[in-house]
Amino acid sequence: METPKHFRLKKVLLDGDSMERTLNRMVHEILERSKGGKGLALVGVRRRGDVLARRMVEMIAKVLGKKVPMGVLDITLYRDDLSLLTQHPKVGRTDIPFPLEGKRLVLVDDVIFTGRTTRAALDAVMDLGRPQNVQLAVLVDRGHRELPIQPDYVGKVVPTSLNENVLVFLKEMDGEDQVVLVEKEDAEG
Amino acid sequence: MLKGRDLVALADLSKEEILYLLDTAESMKEVLTRDIKKVPTLRGKTVVNLFFEPSTRTRTSFEMAGKRLSADVVNFSAATSSLTKGETLKDTARNIEAMGVDAVVVRHKASGAARYLSRVLEAPVVNAGDGTHEHPTQGLLDLFTIREVKGKIDGLRVAIVGDITHSRVARSDIHGLLKLGAQVVAVGPPTMMPPGIESMGVSVAPSVDKVLEEVDVVIMLRIQLERQSSPLFPSIREYSKYFGLNIDKLRKRIDSDLLIMHPGPVNWGVELSPEVSDYPGNVILDQVTNGVAVRMAVLYALIAG
Repeated sequence: METPKHFRLKKVLLDGDSMERTLNRMVHEILERSKGGKGLALVGVRRRGDVLARRMVEMIAKVLGKKVPMGVLDITLYRDDLSLLTQHPKVGRTDIPFPLEGKRLVLVDDVIFTGRTTRAALDAVMDLGRPQNVQLAVLVDRGHRELPIQPDYVGKVVPTSLNENVLVFLKEMDGEDQVVLVEKEDAEG
Repeated sequence: MLKGRDLVALADLSKEEILYLLDTAESMKEVLTRDIKKVPTLRGKTVVNLFFEPSTRTRTSFEMAGKRLSADVVNFSAATSSLTKGETLKDTARNIEAMGVDAVVVRHKASGAARYLSRVLEAPVVNAGDGTHEHPTQGLLDLFTIREVKGKIDGLRVAIVGDITHSRVARSDIHGLLKLGAQVVAVGPPTMMPPGIESMGVSVAPSVDKVLEEVDVVIMLRIQLERQSSPLFPSIREYSKYFGLNIDKLRKRIDSDLLIMHPGPVNWGVELSPEVSDYPGNVILDQVTNGVAVRMAVLYALIAG
């Protein structure tokens, strides 16, 4: 777990305990609004939303006594900025092992920023089937939307500047749970 | 990530580049299992299939791959073209490029035609088979198919059987397999064995029987009767006896997980006897399916971004 080059740590937004509590609260909000979880299914957006969705499915199982269906979505093939990138993002595998028809789907992502990832995820979901409705759950909302897309469930709202970045570390991938705010090193001269 | 702009030969690629394409193809294969087998990735891009040699499966496969990624695919075939009026390869390709294309897929009977086009064109060039040089997307789909079934390539023993000298498939397979750590044994009559093949790191065996019990995969090549000006073996019967596969030969491997592959089109009764199509390790049609996924990966890697 390291702060990337040219960025310096500004603030720890969530540690392991507070992340756990935040996810738990989001899970309870989802269950409250889904009236007992009928038709509920979670789809995580690679490459961190899927890890969060997997955790949330476990938390839901503790309440409901059963696991709701869970899938993984890779949105690379739906990105609108491929022609702007010099490096190709690696295409990951989409794996949604249940029919989407009639599901109350909750998309799970780590951070919402411009909203473009969510736009791509919605297009990808619509190509895969016709859920009854789709909601969005994010661990961090850092603002700066470029599209009219808002999350239904938010772990933490963090006002940021464009010189800053929010990094989510998860123990499954990074060895430790932590959300940090970092700032570009050359930002202040 | 690919370092180059074109895909002319597997000999040009590093192990990492090959693995990147195979991994990307795995994700592409999932798209092919959906009800809606299409993603918007290459919307607004144009791919031209420039085929100067007859082909059904490779051309169709590239066309499908482009269309699954939402590219526009234009097919050019030599028979109806200005080539019959004497236009050169370079002029033909440059004129088509001038219409605004984002990639050119080329098949040509001359070895080196793809490399040549990659030098004269701005657009990325994908080699779909040039003479006896290489057929890199066939090599990639063979690697993909082997890895999909066996879970790995490193350490496997693979026999390639047939006319090694005239086979661009063999050449691409050998480069790809060796880079990914497989051992390759070439099997064929001496008249079909390129001199000095051992220097590539390939061993040579005189008949299929000699290797059948030791290998994990057999890639049978098509006997290309159309490419031989004078016959390279005495008779088809004799060829089948030493270099063909039939159920009798396979009997001792029937319970094992030997893979039988073939780039197609198969000369049934020559390199493979018809009953081999029911052999459990026959993955010839899987190769065709995987070809689309692999070509999607190649087009994505060369055009997107």
